[in-house]
Amino acid sequence: MGSLVLDALGKRYGASTAVERVDLDVGQGEMVALLGPSGCGKTTTLRMVAGFVPPSAGRVLIGGKDVTRTPPHARDTGMVFQSYALFPHMTVAENVAFGLEMRRVSRAERETRVREALRLVRLDALEDRLPRQLSGGQQQRVALARALVVNPAVFLLDEPLSNLDAKLRGEVRMEIRALQQRLGLTTLIVTHDQEEALTMADRLVVMERGRVRQVGTAEDLYERPADPFVAGFVGRCNLIEGRLEAQGQFRASSGALLPCAASPAPPGSCILALRPENVSITAGTDGAGRLKMITYLGPQTEYHLDLAGTPLLAIRQTPSADDPLRRLSPGDAVTISWDASAARLLPAAQPETGV
Amino acid sequence: MTLPSPGRVAFAALVGAAFTLILAPVVMVMVISIFRQEIVSFPPEGLTLDWYVNAWERQEFARGFITSLQVALLATLVGVPFGTAAAFALVRAKPRGGGALNTLLLGPLAVPGVVAGTALYMFYLRAEFWLDRDITSTLEGLVAAHVLLTIPWTVRLVTASLQGMDQAAEEAAANLGARPFTVFRRVTLPAMRPGIIAACLFSFIQSFENLELSLLLVGPGRTTLPVAMLNYLEFRVDPTLAAVATVQILLVAVLMLVTDRFVSIARTV
Ligand SMILES: Nc1ncnc2c1ncn2[C@@H]1O[C@H](COP(=O)(O)OP(=O)(O)OP(=O)(O)O)[C@@H](O)[C@H]1O
Ligand SMILES: [Mg+2]
Repeated sequence: MGSLVLDALGKRYGASTAVERVDLDVGQGEMVALLGPSGCGKTTTLRMVAGFVPPSAGRVLIGGKDVTRTPPHARDTGMVFQSYALFPHMTVAENVAFGLEMRRVSRAERETRVREALRLVRLDALEDRLPRQLSGGQQQRVALARALVVNPAVFLLDEPLSNLDAKLRGEVRMEIRALQQRLGLTTLIVTHDQEEALTMADRLVVMERGRVRQVGTAEDLYERPADPFVAGFVGRCNLIEGRLEAQGQFRASSGALLPCAASPAPPGSCILALRPENVSITAGTDGAGRLKMITYLGPQTEYHLDLAGTPLLAIRQTPSADDPLRRLSPGDAVTISWDASAARLLPAAQPETGV
Repeated sequence: MTLPSPGRVAFAALVGAAFTLILAPVVMVMVISIFRQEIVSFPPEGLTLDWYVNAWERQEFARGFITSLQVALLATLVGVPFGTAAAFALVRAKPRGGGALNTLLLGPLAVPGVVAGTALYMFYLRAEFWLDRDITSTLEGLVAAHVLLTIPWTVRLVTASLQGMDQAAEEAAANLGARPFTVFRRVTLPAMRPGIIAACLFSFIQSFENLELSLLLVGPGRTTLPVAMLNYLEFRVDPTLAAVATVQILLVAVLMLVTDRFVSIARTV
């Protein structure tokens, strides 16, 4: 058991950089998710922790011990691979027992612990099957049991749910989280599914192009994003370019003057971040707002709006049948408003982020 | 009841024709081997096992059989480890020029046996001169030639089994505490096993049945079975050869069946 520290960890392949620099402390028993778009270096980071990829810079510490130069077999990490990587010629029980065998655990104890681990993942009836005789979800649970049974100091998961269908994914997600908490495992999980990260992890690390953009709880990231990338990546967000004209007055590049939080953002070019659920609309006109499109999603409805030349998304609870909002149709004039404190100013950044 | 579609009927007919084409000569040989008359003709004048007795009594077949067995076993024993090592290096180390090396290793399959045999014969004569010792008509010379047959087959089959394996399984084993050699022994080798077993089988058969390569390399008293059969044919044409061939066919069939119990040949080849 132990904590995990990544200290200025970096990896370059020739001229290209897979991981620029990652600093991270994962506390004992904590679950941290690495979240980011494809190719941002999540898998590479995880594989550096497991020892499969030698870092080109920085250190990895497990339980306070520097393991940067330790080969994978001596690292005491338990990894669940995206492809599960079960041993195809071994039965479920043999797969799970493998790590114990390598640790020279006696046969009798091995059997007890394998049975226990399989019960934990609810597979005790299938111990004599071969991997190919199992469903994807069952294979995934064997992989979990195999990594857990050795009681690793650090538990590593690389997109463990991506091969499962949506329903199973939800279930297994809860199972993994429950197991992790019950066993108090120090865990690093890689995912590009933000919902997965938000529901499972204690803290999240948002990565982009090999760099950590922000580390924090789900709440931190959603309510206090550090930059437009994080705001756009975690949940949906209206990101409006422009500049701060006066305290609480934001001039969008389209020309509209928008209310924003009174904050010490630098006057000059910046970005206004506004969550769509904080945008409210009422029927009737103040001259500036117009409805472009409505998407009905059951409990919620999305309104695509235009505010004096600035496109804006609002997500509201679907109004009741007698609400005048219900009779709106595209092209209608509407009044758009929001609480100024909900509109956060962020430093301007690259334009690739958006709703 | 629905009639099978014309497409299916045509397909079944085609498969049937192919099987007949492949199996007819084999069955024919087996049938002829028990005909009584010396010159093959239909219908048989009677059935007999005399040809088998004759084959057994003629020393050259029994000796040829032993020699072929020796050569095939040794060529397999030498070629399969070499071929396996080469396949492993080609797939895993991905050496520069690996593609060319692979082609080179498979090369002997593309050269006509008679050509390769003649070339080897000339090479052996030259080597005998330099080394001042016999190479043609020795067991070593034959085995060395037949290793040219066993290596390509092994490289092909083992490469295929290695390419089909998920390398993450090896990482998983290392992650669970296995040292590199243990990873190889417990995960990589089992994945290669079907390929290696199939390689042994095919190497053995290729060598055991080979005529062209051996033709010039055999010597008096050290003749392989196929060459002995050809020699016999020069003087007599009677069902004795069919009897020998039948024994050969049965041996190969038994080998195939036994191997198939361990690995599914159809899946690995
Ligand atoms: N062996 C390698 N050689 C060269 N470049 C590599 C290698 N492995 C990864 N990369 C590059 O490093 C970058 C990060 O890759 P990585 O696999 O860590 O991304 P990821 O965040 O896991 O993405 P995904 O969500 O698609 O799995 C990518 O641009 C990739 O092309
Ligand atoms: Mg990845």
